[in-house]
Amino acid sequence: MGGNDPRRYTGDLVNIGAGRISRDIFTDQAIYEDELERIFPRSWLFIGHESQIPDPGDFILSRMAEESVIFNRDRHGKLHVFLNNCRHRGMRVCRADTGNTRKFMCPFHAWVFSDEGALVGVPKMETGYHNELDKSQWGLIEARVASYHGYVFACWDEETPDFETYLGDLRFYFDDYCELPDGTHGDWEAFGGVFKWRVPCNWKFGAENFGGDYYHNPSHASVDAIVLSPAGVKGRHTYDAVTKARELYKLNICVTPEGHTARGELFKDDYEYLPTYQEMAVVEDYFRDCYKQRQSRLGEKARWFGHGGTIFPNVSYSNGVQSMGTWNPCGPHETEIWRIFLAPKDAPDEVKNVLRHYVIRYQGPSGLTEQDDMENWGSAHEGARGTIARRYDFHYGMGMGYERKGWPVEWLGGDVYATEDVSEQNQRAYYARWAEIMDDPPTARRHPKPAEAAE
Amino acid sequence: MKATPQNALIDELLLRYRVEQFYIHEAELLDTRQFDAWLELLADDIRYWMPVMRNKNHGEWDDEYTREGKDLNWFDEGKFELEQRVKQIATGLHWAEEPVSRTCHMFSNLQVTENVSEGSDDTLTARCRFIVYRNRTETETDFFVGKRQDTLRDGDDGFLVAAREIYLDQSVLLAKNLTVFF
Repeated sequence: MGGNDPRRYTGDLVNIGAGRISRDIFTDQAIYEDELERIFPRSWLFIGHESQIPDPGDFILSRMAEESVIFNRDRHGKLHVFLNNCRHRGMRVCRADTGNTRKFMCPFHAWVFSDEGALVGVPKMETGYHNELDKSQWGLIEARVASYHGYVFACWDEETPDFETYLGDLRFYFDDYCELPDGTHGDWEAFGGVFKWRVPCNWKFGAENFGGDYYHNPSHASVDAIVLSPAGVKGRHTYDAVTKARELYKLNICVTPEGHTARGELFKDDYEYLPTYQEMAVVEDYFRDCYKQRQSRLGEKARWFGHGGTIFPNVSYSNGVQSMGTWNPCGPHETEIWRIFLAPKDAPDEVKNVLRHYVIRYQGPSGLTEQDDMENWGSAHEGARGTIARRYDFHYGMGMGYERKGWPVEWLGGDVYATEDVSEQNQRAYYARWAEIMDDPPTARRHPKPAEAAE
Repeated sequence: MKATPQNALIDELLLRYRVEQFYIHEAELLDTRQFDAWLELLADDIRYWMPVMRNKNHGEWDDEYTREGKDLNWFDEGKFELEQRVKQIATGLHWAEEPVSRTCHMFSNLQVTENVSEGSDDTLTARCRFIVYRNRTETETDFFVGKRQDTLRDGDDGFLVAAREIYLDQSVLLAKNLTVFF
């Protein structure tokens, strides 16, 4: 780094061409503060699923980076995402995690905001403000909202492209995630409750791991030795037995330049359904039927079975356990993970129950699989902090130069690269995007417009 | 013996003493990592449940805990699943418990009541407060503090835990994992 070159990240701290990334990007306080200003406010961040607030007036609290936001459905049924922050002194105007309300009142000086974000009540308007306060200018700060098949994202920046453009060629993979097991875009329903927990590592460790790291299987040797899959056999995935019986490509997928990543399997043929839940007739019938319907609906594209991925920068989804999660930064050294899990709304109760049991034993702090991931992320983070250790870059060079575009089939996407089995292609694409945005300092602080006052 | 107030009190104390001894024994097994022996204290049809807590407005406290059997819970499982957790630790490859945690299980505020409703013969309800202290590797330290309610089945060989409800007093879990038993 030298002189006035603003490109501190691309080619320097993040040297993709050499397959090296500085450990500083995980631990340095100044870099972290740049992330808060440059990465998160410009990105579409996952907020929640529409089924978490089905009725007018329903709200939940969510998070965008370090800050609390209200995700609500107003009395007319419209979705909003508001900064949970009074315009007067910054108190949280909503302090319950869930509920139903038509107004949010600040506990400090009792400014009242409507469910559409408008400032509708100010005590002492006459004697204190002499009626000179223009309430229309002091509504809650509102983010742009996009509901994609019921999955709701929000963004602070007016200049960021719309959500579908932002997804780029991840659309095929995220659409696949959003589809029900039968290949339709029917309704998913979130189970009640949100897992929220703290992990002592930088937020990017989880994001890059979920984005495609088949190389980390040794992390899960212990869970593969016991029974976790609802298929009732050893192993952690429902699809383990299926995978062994078929010819397939196990693929890492990265979307450039957006930096999104995905992983999954592409079958080499249109295979028949393989029995998976033999001891649970209702569940077996449901998934067999869905499999056949999906195949007839999607044709050749039904050969793709997604495992999950990461939507840049901090949103990760997992197929199969149908989870959506965010890696929320809490300083460079801590992450607050939020995770919800969903099931097809119209599936039989037996199916929902099997999925619910499986997911809470797989992911999260009580999940047999993710427990070991978090141990490794924490240790990796600690290993990025030492004075001597920080002099040495991390190695991200696996499979470099072996990325293939338009392979194995064209329909996997135009700006998509694929590598087979183990590769760090996805991490390189993710950090290349991260570095590109970090090299672009904000020209001015951008203020989203407050919501309009009620008529 | 004549049923006098004193005798009733002595019966209550004896029952309470037996439950205390059971819990002291259970904590000893957990804290000395005799997990297989601990599993034997659990009924084969045990329900082991820890809900997720939510911050709720006054008057909406019915909704404070996620529901067993329907919602997300930190734990909602039976004996088979608990056995798998024990087996996973025993592989020596479960990195979140390798090296294994040092734990101290403590309980207090014990309230024991005999269940008298039909079909609940020989079961009792035991409520307590718990602190589970966990320390691992060098400085990794967690305090899990909360309330617990057990249904204990009183059999020929002593008590078995037929149901355990664990209410951990945190909405955001401050520990990175829940690899310890409660």
